Amino acid sequence: MPIAPIPDAQVPALPPAIELVGIDKRFGGVHANRDIHLTVDKGSIHGIVGENGAGKSTLMSILYGFYQADHGRILVDGREVRIRSSADAIGLGIGMVHQQFMLVETFTVLENVILGAEGAPRLAAAESRARGLIERLARDYGLTVDPDRIVGELSVGEQQRVEILKALFRGAETLILDEPTAVLTPAEADHLFRILRRLQAEGKTVVIITHKLREIMAVTDTVSVMRRGEVVATWPTAATTVERIAEAMVGRRVLLHVPKASSVPGRTLLAVEGLDVRDGRGARLVEGVTFDVRAGEIVGIAGVAGNGQSELLETIAGIRRPSAGSIRLGAEAIGGLDPAAIRALGLAHVPEDRHRMGLVLALEAWENVMLGYQDDPAYQAGVLIDGRAVRAAATDRFRGYDVRPPDIRLRTGLFSGGNQQKIVIGREMERDPDVLLVGQPTRGVDIGAIEFIHRRLIALRDRGKAILLVSAELDEIRSLADRVLCMCGGRIVGECRPETPEADIGLMMAGVAA
Amino acid sequence: MEFVESAALVLGSAVRLSVPLLLACLAGLWSERSGVVDIGLEGKMLAAAFAAGAAAAVTGSAWLGLLAAILTAIAFSLVHGFASISQRGNQIVSGVAINFVAAGLTALLGQAWFAQGGRTPPVQGDARFQPIDLPGEVAARAAGGFGRLWSEVVSGHNILVYLAFLAVPVTWYALGRTRFGLRLRAVGENPHAVDTAGISVAGLRYAAVVIAGLLCGLAGTYLAIAQSAGFIRDMTAGKGFIALAALVFAKWRPVPAMLTCLLFGLLDAVAIRLQGTPLPVVGPVPVQVFQALPYVLTVVLLAGFIGRAIPPRASGVPYTKDR
Repeated sequence: MPIAPIPDAQVPALPPAIELVGIDKRFGGVHANRDIHLTVDKGSIHGIVGENGAGKSTLMSILYGFYQADHGRILVDGREVRIRSSADAIGLGIGMVHQQFMLVETFTVLENVILGAEGAPRLAAAESRARGLIERLARDYGLTVDPDRIVGELSVGEQQRVEILKALFRGAETLILDEPTAVLTPAEADHLFRILRRLQAEGKTVVIITHKLREIMAVTDTVSVMRRGEVVATWPTAATTVERIAEAMVGRRVLLHVPKASSVPGRTLLAVEGLDVRDGRGARLVEGVTFDVRAGEIVGIAGVAGNGQSELLETIAGIRRPSAGSIRLGAEAIGGLDPAAIRALGLAHVPEDRHRMGLVLALEAWENVMLGYQDDPAYQAGVLIDGRAVRAAATDRFRGYDVRPPDIRLRTGLFSGGNQQKIVIGREMERDPDVLLVGQPTRGVDIGAIEFIHRRLIALRDRGKAILLVSAELDEIRSLADRVLCMCGGRIVGECRPETPEADIGLMMAGVAA
Repeated sequence: MEFVESAALVLGSAVRLSVPLLLACLAGLWSERSGVVDIGLEGKMLAAAFAAGAAAAVTGSAWLGLLAAILTAIAFSLVHGFASISQRGNQIVSGVAINFVAAGLTALLGQAWFAQGGRTPPVQGDARFQPIDLPGEVAARAAGGFGRLWSEVVSGHNILVYLAFLAVPVTWYALGRTRFGLRLRAVGENPHAVDTAGISVAGLRYAAVVIAGLLCGLAGTYLAIAQSAGFIRDMTAGKGFIALAALVFAKWRPVPAMLTCLLFGLLDAVAIRLQGTPLPVVGPVPVQVFQALPYVLTVVLLAGFIGRAIPPRASGVPYTKDR
């Protein structure tokens, strides 16, 4: 939704709120920011997009005084400034809302807001002075939050409001938000956008760093695209399109929907019948689920998170035990077997949460490449693991799946989300499984990598394998799946074609029979 | 009345025995609330006790002994601070090292300087902190009975005892009711929040370890030239570790820390009082039973009776800008 600039022809053009001239920054061998020129107009909402690792956060950290640029100048309101610390930035009216909130969870909202800007040595005096101002700010900008609540008990959306309050309390005229919606529900994100428009209406300048195109289109006036440490394009948001932004981000044309031929399903590879799963207290998580997945097709499971999809995947993979029903992989009954036995029979699993179940982030990348398959004879040298063989395999895998940087000795946690996911997907697909279970294949993944992962999934399908896909992104299900099953309350409540309009699938997901 | 009088004696002794625990416990509290785990309380107290004993013996002044003790303990604190704040080293390793260095160095220097098997020469008069009689002391003593509660429990202690108990409300106020305290608590919970607010994380943590050094200096002085008349090898005898237990027990809060230290002091006083005296029903009880009680109590109570003791979230974690 484009937003018209404040019409007032009488006022002479104001100097830009922020102007970055030739900013350059290296970390060792990594050239994080190359000769960046960026102008943020006063009273605008300016989006900075780019894939993970494009240098957005580094640039903003330089502006906020966390790092010093190697070269370049920063102008605030037309005056050249030096920003050596966060305190300098705050003094210049720059506030930052970090992606990981900088809050003390055991403190109240009030204590968090005044921390570092107390104004009086005695807390009681500082708090009573601050309280009035906070209440006024909260009212003016719709930042509703109770100043006496403990921050750790607040929802994520409320904690973010506390962060914004903190910045405004310090007199911020320019607010930088780093990936503000990464942790928000769609409703909370919409609330945030309303707050940002309020801020803009009051004359504040907002900079949003993100890799989500939806929010760029929804809320910004201007968008700058970064790629590999450079600003490669800046447009008025109204004058560009999602496709153009995506292309500039990735550096080539990106297909937001990968084309695929219609499927030619063969024999049944995965058959689930009357499956029941209960939790430790006996509550039913999955109830009477029956479906099958045939060779050469992708079956997508749509549903609002928490309706049994995760438990269904985990049960088929052998992580949970079914309480009733059968699961057959080809001719073998696999219900109740352990995950290793199931893998050995030709089922691979890309878990929904790659940090918790897919990878050990503290290990080097090549170690994760063999994880779960470390007993493979190809990786053995006597009783020891054949490190050389595994590393050779990992190097191959990195090349095949375009994992960047191509350094197999790097700690896994240092890769971006998309590259971590490529490591997991590569590991599971390289086993050439008959059945692949995939949970949230592109959660937290860059758009370039999304296209890559989608192509790989379709290629696996075209080789005659069966894929069961669970995703919270309805778009993803509709563009990948050949058949869509809707889950609600642990049951399959309907099946439809992927071409079915989104609204109809949405109704089914909500449990309203179609 | 006889019971009240002997209870007064035991309570008075409990107060005196709890003082070094309390000072060390508050030292640990300041340090850990800022995020620096301090397992070196024992070593700092020991080094301070030696410095107090040595300086008092040489100069004949208790106050100079106190000054020497405080400076010594702060110096050790700064070593710990340099290792764990500036160099981001492991705080446990640094603390353990301080304990070993203090134990070895005090014995070595003591023998080298005074040649009395690691002791410092006995001191008396102005080289020791003497008991102070509060008003009404004589009358209360003469009255006997409950009057003894005043004369034994409240009055008649040396200045360091009163300072230790004064440190409790001061700590409570400074930590809970001032800007400095707010920032210090914040740095122990989430140093990133403090750094992004434009305040120095290292500065706050150094301030905290210096305060911890000051309090350890008071504790060591008390042991060497107030409670005793000179330094003796290993005279802290694990009090630094009991203080740490008390700190956990008190969930890192000043007033509960004082009550815990008083409780541990009372157990100690009872143990001494009952030495060799058979108890009714059970008969003679080995003194070790009472000496073990603080530890047993800590373990038992932490195992579920006082709820979860949650340490400051960032304690023990060196601060780096990047996550």
